[in-house]
Amino acid sequence: MFKILRSGAALAGLSAIGAATLLSAGPALAQAAATPVPNKGDTAFMMIATVLVLLMTIPGLALFYGGLVRSKNMLSVLTQVFAIVCITMLIWVTYGYSLAFTNGGGLNDFVGGFSKAFLAGVDANSVAATFSNGVVIPEYVYIVFQMTFACITPALIVGAFAERMKFSALVLFSVLWVTFIYLPMAHMVWYWVGPDGIAAAAKAVAEAGTDVAKKAAAEAALVAVKADAGLLFQWGALDFAGGTVVHINAGIAGLVGCIVLGKRIGYGKELMAPHSLTMTMIGAALLWVGWFGFNAGSNLEANGTAGLAMINTFVATAAAAVAWLFVEWAAKGKPSLLGMVSGAVAGLVAVTPAAGFAGPMGCIALGLVSGAVCFVFCSTVKNSFGYDDSLDVFGIHAVGGILGAIGTGILVNTALGGAGIPDYESKPGELAVGAYAFGTVVWTQTKAVLFTIAWTGIGSFILYKIVDAVIGLRVTAEQEREGLDIAEHGERAYNY
Amino acid sequence: MKIVMAIIKPFKLEEVRDALTGLGVHGLTVTEVKGYGRQKGHTEIYRGAEYAVSFLPKIKIEVAVSNDLVGKVIDAITGAARTGQIGDGKIFVSSIECAVRIRTGETDQDAL
Repeated sequence: MFKILRSGAALAGLSAIGAATLLSAGPALAQAAATPVPNKGDTAFMMIATVLVLLMTIPGLALFYGGLVRSKNMLSVLTQVFAIVCITMLIWVTYGYSLAFTNGGGLNDFVGGFSKAFLAGVDANSVAATFSNGVVIPEYVYIVFQMTFACITPALIVGAFAERMKFSALVLFSVLWVTFIYLPMAHMVWYWVGPDGIAAAAKAVAEAGTDVAKKAAAEAALVAVKADAGLLFQWGALDFAGGTVVHINAGIAGLVGCIVLGKRIGYGKELMAPHSLTMTMIGAALLWVGWFGFNAGSNLEANGTAGLAMINTFVATAAAAVAWLFVEWAAKGKPSLLGMVSGAVAGLVAVTPAAGFAGPMGCIALGLVSGAVCFVFCSTVKNSFGYDDSLDVFGIHAVGGILGAIGTGILVNTALGGAGIPDYESKPGELAVGAYAFGTVVWTQTKAVLFTIAWTGIGSFILYKIVDAVIGLRVTAEQEREGLDIAEHGERAYNY
Repeated sequence: MKIVMAIIKPFKLEEVRDALTGLGVHGLTVTEVKGYGRQKGHTEIYRGAEYAVSFLPKIKIEVAVSNDLVGKVIDAITGAARTGQIGDGKIFVSSIECAVRIRTGETDQDAL
């Protein structure tokens, strides 16, 4: 889903950029300006993908996390996830979508503007671009699909500071985090003018002929159209479904959070075994099912690339689950259910940025590596550094996301079975495969990872400190002992 | 009157109940308990966290019987609950001063 912007708006932007170019490129623009109509199959596919991503979060993620905490904190986790989802939805339609997916003027590299605040100008006839020239989906569908991504990302962070954060502090933190961390990040990675905007500008260059002035103007217009995108998109960073925006973003925010909040009382001394691995398995399985909406849906249309994302979401996950299972079996003596489902989630995370770019065999390799490496981070690295990342948000989402982002840069190579670098310019109007240079692509991916880590790491730290000053992040020691369910919510999960 | 309290392995409960029923024991109270004796606990591993679990789940049964039945009850429990492995449990016997059946008000031997 590295896309956006209505094709109509793209053309409007182009015309604003250079009226002279527009005139000279009249025929090409007239052709492209014929507004495409959404395909019913694509629309239905995206509607289903959208609710699948909701299913991932509630109940999927909520149960996955809920089963891992002690029974006295079960409801606090479920409440936190559900509340974050609902609050983020309201943020999204009021100003979130606009800040993520519109042109932000002078700040456009980093964040969008308020032109679509309260969904201004959007109606049932509005369309959003996909990754194919001349293919669009209804903008309402695009809005809600992207909304579910905004909803799950802050909910992922909950796992890092589970069992000790004040609910009021969590609500304030989530609102701030979505606003100042998530929305800019989504804009930076996924905002661009769409294939039709690029094609129209590229066509104008091709048709400018030998007229030097015309050609220069057309080329300038093409540069401007390409520059109307988020910073990381301009770099050429590849992130199919949200390795940087969702997983590294949330994973690092979680790591910072668990360090700022400090360890749970009794961490490392008292028994903190998961209260229901049955719930955790149900949650993990729902995450997997929902993840098809996340990854295949990120293609924005029901075609072969969505099929590629789907098969990759199967095989990478299976490989990572198997990898964790066997590595743990060898290292700790027993193959555990929790290990296997943790591996599955690590594989899902790692394949997220790669889903539509890498081939199935590449994704198996990616899954095997992510399952094994995330096991080491959750079982060894965490213990040696001593941070209390309650449910391993860093060890699975950040580490898996980083492996996936870098891995995407390697596996996108057609020589390794990948789909290749998307190129909308060289053959205007169709999607070609661009030249692949290992060093360049991997460096771009690495740069995107480092940028994301810095952005969310520093930004989240500041937000935690603000919330700590205003409300206080942690419940009292007494409340923590009693359990957040009773102390914060006045109810308990299980009344036998 | 004596009360016989036995701590047994959970999966032995049905066999013990059958053996006691065979003796004509009409009532039995069962509680799920945790504890430790000579049987060592076990290790549980959840991702990176390893916990030594030293309290193991057991079943506690309590049965009140007349003095003449105590020996047979002990034999029955011992026979049914024994596996020969560490952790089979223990039996404790103590005297009862008084017993009352709530429904009828019968006391002592009649109340058992």
